[in-house]
Amino acid sequence: MPLEALVFYLLAALTVGSALIVALSHNLVYSAFALLGTFMGVAGLYALLAADFVAVIQVMLYIGGILVLILFAVMLTHRIADVDVSNRTVGRIPAALILGVVGTVMGVCIGAAEWVQHAEPVVEPTTFGIGEAFLGPYILPFELASVVLLVALIGAVVVSRKELRGPMADG
Amino acid sequence: MIMDGLLLDIGLRHFLSVSLIVFVLGLYCVLTRKNAIGILLGVELILNSANINYIAFSYFSSGNYDGQVFAIFVIMLAAAEAVIGLAIVLGIYQNFSSIDIEAVDSLQG
Repeated sequence: MPLEALVFYLLAALTVGSALIVALSHNLVYSAFALLGTFMGVAGLYALLAADFVAVIQVMLYIGGILVLILFAVMLTHRIADVDVSNRTVGRIPAALILGVVGTVMGVCIGAAEWVQHAEPVVEPTTFGIGEAFLGPYILPFELASVVLLVALIGAVVVSRKELRGPMADG
Repeated sequence: MIMDGLLLDIGLRHFLSVSLIVFVLGLYCVLTRKNAIGILLGVELILNSANINYIAFSYFSSGNYDGQVFAIFVIMLAAAEAVIGLAIVLGIYQNFSSIDIEAVDSLQG
């Protein structure tokens, strides 16, 4: 078996297996920790696709930021390890039916469509090209992204702060 | 022989298939969970599957950096979404002592 195929199937198994635990586990703590496996597997897939910068960003932002944040939220809401209350599911059969249809249609599309493909995919360090793209054609979205992040920052503080009641509230 | 080539010659369709499975699982998570954090986990799965597609097309089809730039934007927006979403979840928890989405129906009258 070629090395590339072996690595791909290992990473795909890690990604899909962890995603299965995320979607099906009865305990929210297990779901949250299984997300780590999915993020690591996806980062590996990025690296396999020669996207080194995005792979590192994935590890730093998803695993170092979002996952820690989600685990904080899980721990801060108590009774969470209790199976009955923590991760109940409803409407499993209708959901499975809908997803069966959606998944089949998309799977057929993946198999049938004639995707445009380059003969020889390029493998080279990507940071230079991404930096050029950010400061060239994508300069406006890049600057808007900083505004979005600022709004998210202020919004999170406003939403989660405790409201002051009584005489202190006015001043 | 054809089957062998299909299984061992990793191409665009393999990555799209992984992305499809992750997307379906994420959608299942969003549709069936009653816990607000569980729904956020599903949204993260869906965003990751979209990113796999972007990177795969960037590698196999376009050959330039547009797909990777979009993936970085998606990751950035996912971070903002997680921050706001979890702040709202914690606010709900302070008010209702529960993050079960069916408990939060005071607007229903």
